[in-house]
Amino acid sequence: MRKLTTSPATPRCYHCGEDCHEEVLRAHDKDFCCSGCQMVYEILNQNGMCDYYTISNNPGTSRRTKVRADKFAFLDDGKIADSLIHFKNDSQSHISFYVPQIHCSSCLWLLENLHRLERGVLSSKVNFIKKEVDIVFDHQVFSLRKLAELMTSIGYEPYISFSDMGAKKTRIDSSKLYKLGVAGFCFANIMLMSFPEYLGIDAKEKSLLLVFRYANLFLSLPVFFYSASEFYISAWKSLKHRFLNIDAPIVLAVWVTFARSVYEVLTATGGGYFDSMSGIVFFMLAGRVLQDKTYQQLSFERDYTSYFPIAVTRITEQKQETATLPDIRLNDTLLIHSEELIPADGIITRGKALIDYSFVTGESLPVAKEMGEIVYAGGKQTGGNIEILVIKEVAQSYLTKLWNRNETPVTAPDDERSFVHLLSRYFTIILFAIAGSAAAWWYFHDPSRVWTAVTAVLIVACPCALLLSNTFTNANILRRLGRNHLYLRNAQVIEDMAEADCIVFDKTGTLTTGLYQDILYEGEPLQEKQVKAIGALAAQSTHPFSKAIAAWAGSLTRQGVSGFREIAGKGIEGIVDGDLVTLGSAAFVTQQPLESNDASVVYIAIEEEVWGRFKFRNHYRDHIPSLLQKLGKNYQLAVLSGDNAGEQAYLRKVLGYNAILLFNQQPMDKLEAIKTLQAQGKKVMMIGDGLNDAGALQQADIGIAVSESNNNFTPASDAILAAEQLPLLDRFIRLAKANKQVVLTAFVISVLYNLVGLFFAVTGVLSPMIAAILMPCSSISILFVTYGLSNYFGFREGLK
Amino acid sequence: MSVIILLLVASISVASLFLFAFIWSVKDGQYDDEIAPAVRILFDDISATAKPERELLPEEAAK
Repeated sequence: MRKLTTSPATPRCYHCGEDCHEEVLRAHDKDFCCSGCQMVYEILNQNGMCDYYTISNNPGTSRRTKVRADKFAFLDDGKIADSLIHFKNDSQSHISFYVPQIHCSSCLWLLENLHRLERGVLSSKVNFIKKEVDIVFDHQVFSLRKLAELMTSIGYEPYISFSDMGAKKTRIDSSKLYKLGVAGFCFANIMLMSFPEYLGIDAKEKSLLLVFRYANLFLSLPVFFYSASEFYISAWKSLKHRFLNIDAPIVLAVWVTFARSVYEVLTATGGGYFDSMSGIVFFMLAGRVLQDKTYQQLSFERDYTSYFPIAVTRITEQKQETATLPDIRLNDTLLIHSEELIPADGIITRGKALIDYSFVTGESLPVAKEMGEIVYAGGKQTGGNIEILVIKEVAQSYLTKLWNRNETPVTAPDDERSFVHLLSRYFTIILFAIAGSAAAWWYFHDPSRVWTAVTAVLIVACPCALLLSNTFTNANILRRLGRNHLYLRNAQVIEDMAEADCIVFDKTGTLTTGLYQDILYEGEPLQEKQVKAIGALAAQSTHPFSKAIAAWAGSLTRQGVSGFREIAGKGIEGIVDGDLVTLGSAAFVTQQPLESNDASVVYIAIEEEVWGRFKFRNHYRDHIPSLLQKLGKNYQLAVLSGDNAGEQAYLRKVLGYNAILLFNQQPMDKLEAIKTLQAQGKKVMMIGDGLNDAGALQQADIGIAVSESNNNFTPASDAILAAEQLPLLDRFIRLAKANKQVVLTAFVISVLYNLVGLFFAVTGVLSPMIAAILMPCSSISILFVTYGLSNYFGFREGLK
Repeated sequence: MSVIILLLVASISVASLFLFAFIWSVKDGQYDDEIAPAVRILFDDISATAKPERELLPEEAAK
C-alpha cells in the first residue's frame, strides 16, 4: 500500500506517488520527483492517455534510476529475439514479457492500450496474476527492441532474463479441472436418476427402472475411466516406488464399487452404487484441485538463470558485439555497464568496480575492487563501466556451481512423506481384517452373501474420508498462510514445517534489513552548521552510508557543494560554505592507517581536522528479538552470517547460550553447517534471502526464502515469506502444527459414519440408498469440520 | 411413460451444455487470471467520461 498521508511540506510525485525529497519538478501544474516520471507523464499526455492517472492515484513506479539507452540493443540480435518470440508469421510476432511493475488497474489499462501509443503494436493482454503481458506486434514496422524501449519509456521495463531464452509459453495444467467438471456432471445426473430406485417404482414400470440403471451405468463410464484416472496414475507411480500411498486403497475401493455395480445392473439384481462412486471421485478431485491451487505468480524453482541477463557485451578486437551467456568463453573480455550483473567470474582489466553483492549476500554495501582483482558472478556493478576478463565460464562460476550442485538431498518424494499415507496403511490393514472376518462369518452361515458382504465392506470403508480431510485442511491452511504472505510450494511443506526442530537464520537481509542502517555518532559534539555541511556533502553521493548520513542530518534545504570528489570505496570530499569537508574511511580521512580496519565506520574531517566518526550497524527488523526469544524456548536456534563477528555479543544475548552462532560463513560453509545439523538427527528449517543461502535452503528440510517484495527474486526454496511478516513465524509454525490435529479430528468423525456403514455392510444389507446417504453426509461434514477447525486455529493465532 | 424418457434426454442435454460451457471456460483461460477481467470490464466507462487533453495531430497519428 502506498502511504496516503504525508505532511504538506513534502509534495508527492503525480506519477509515482513518492515523496519528493531531493528535488521537485513542477510542470503542467503537477509535481514530479524526477525527470523520468515527468517524461512518462508527457508521453501519455501527448497521446491523450491521461486516463492512466484517473483510474488509480499515482499509479507509476519511481523513475529515479535511469535505464541505459542501449540496454536493449541485444534484442536486435536475431538469434536472441527468436528465442524470446513464441510465434512468428509474415506479419506478426507474439511475445510475452514479465513486467514486475504491474500492480494496479492503471498498469493494466496502459499496457493494454499500447496500440494507441504505437501503431506497430497490434494487441496486448495482461495476465495480472503472473505479471505478464502478451503482446502481438507487427515486426515489419516495429522491432522487438523498440517495443522493449517503448515499454521502458512509459515506466514498464520488461524483465528479460537468461531463463526466458527458448522457454516456450507454459500453460497451466488444467486436466484436473476438466476431470472435476466431468465428474460433477456425471455425479449430479446419476444422483437424479437414482431417485426412482430409492423411492420405489411401480411394478408395472420395471422396464423404466432398467432404463435408469443403464443410463447410470453409461454415465459412470467417464467417471471411472477419465476422472478417476488421476488416482490410478498416482497409485501406480507410488507402487512403482514400492510405496503404498493413500491412493492405492482408494483405487481398490473405486474398482470394487464399479465392478459390483456393473454386475448388479447386468444381472438385474440391483441398481449398483454408481452415485456413491462418482460422488466420492468428485469430492476427492475437488479437494485435490483446491489443495494444488498454488501460487502461479511465484516461482519456487528459480536457479541462477532467472537472475542473469540474457546477453552481455563482448569486446573483440576493438569491436563490441552481443554475446548470449552460453556463448561466453574463457578469456573473453566483457564490458559490464553500470547497473549490470556480472555473469561470470573474472578479473577486472579496466575501470574501477564498485560491486553490490546484495543479490548474493543480502548485504547492500558495495564492495570496491581495483584492476587486477577478481569479481564473482552475481554481483552488480554500481559504478561506471568496467571490463573483465572471464576466468571461468558461466556454468562453472563459483555461485552457479553451487546452484548446479548435483547432490540433491536424500528425502522421499514430496507426496510420500506425509503421515496420511502411513495412517492409510493401518487403515487398509484393519479394513482387510474386517472384510476377511465378515467373509469367514458369512461363509459358514450363508455362503451366498460372502460376495455382497466383502464388496460392501470395501466400498464403505475406503480411506477417502482421510484423503478428503487431508486435502481440504491443507487447502484451507495454504490459503490462510498465503493471505498472511507466507507462500508454500505445496501442501507437504505444511507438515515439514510442523516437524522441524531446529531453525537456522541467515543474518544480513533476513534478521536485519539490507537497506536501513542504524547510525551512531561518536566524537566532538557537532554544531548545527557542521551537521548541515555534512548533510549537504553526503547528499551528493548515492553510497548507502552517504544516504544514511544525509538522512541523519535531516533538513531539506541543502547548501551548495563545490569541488565534490568521490573516490570509490574510500570516501567523498567537497567544499561547503568555504570549509573542506571530508567523509570516508579512516585511511582516507586521517591520511594514515589506523588500528581499526572496520568497514562500518565513517570518519569526518572538516578543514582536515578529524571531528569524530559515524558507526553503522545493520538494523534488525522490528520484533525480531522477541521472535527469537519465543522460538528459543522450543527450538534449537542457529544464526549463520557471512559477516564478521561484530554482532556476536548482541546475538548471544538475544538467542541464549544454546544457540549456534557462526560468522564469516561462505555459501559452502552454510551448506555444510546444515548438513552437520541434519547428521545429528535434526529436522532443519533454514530461513535466508540471498543467493549465498541458496545451497543451504535446498539442503535444509524446509527452506524459507525471505523477500522484501513479491517482485523480488528469491532463490529456489520450499516457501516464500514477505519480510515484514517474519515476526509472525512462530504463529505460522503453530498453525502448521494444528494441521495434523484438524485432519485427525475430521478423520475420526468420518470414521463414525464409516462404522454405521460398516454395520450395514458386514450384516450384508448395505442398500445403495444407505450408501448414497452416508457418502455425501460424511463428505460434507468433513468439509465443514476441516474448514471450521482450521479457521478457528488461524483465528486463535491472530492470523488474517 | 415415454414422457419421462423425453424429460431425461432434455435434462441431460441441458446439463451437457453446462459441462461444455465449463470446459470451454477452462480452455479459454478464464481461471488463469482471476483479477484482470474484473478490472478490464470497467475501463470503457472511464474512457468515455475522461476526454483526452487534445486530439492527435495527423502527422503524429501517421507515425
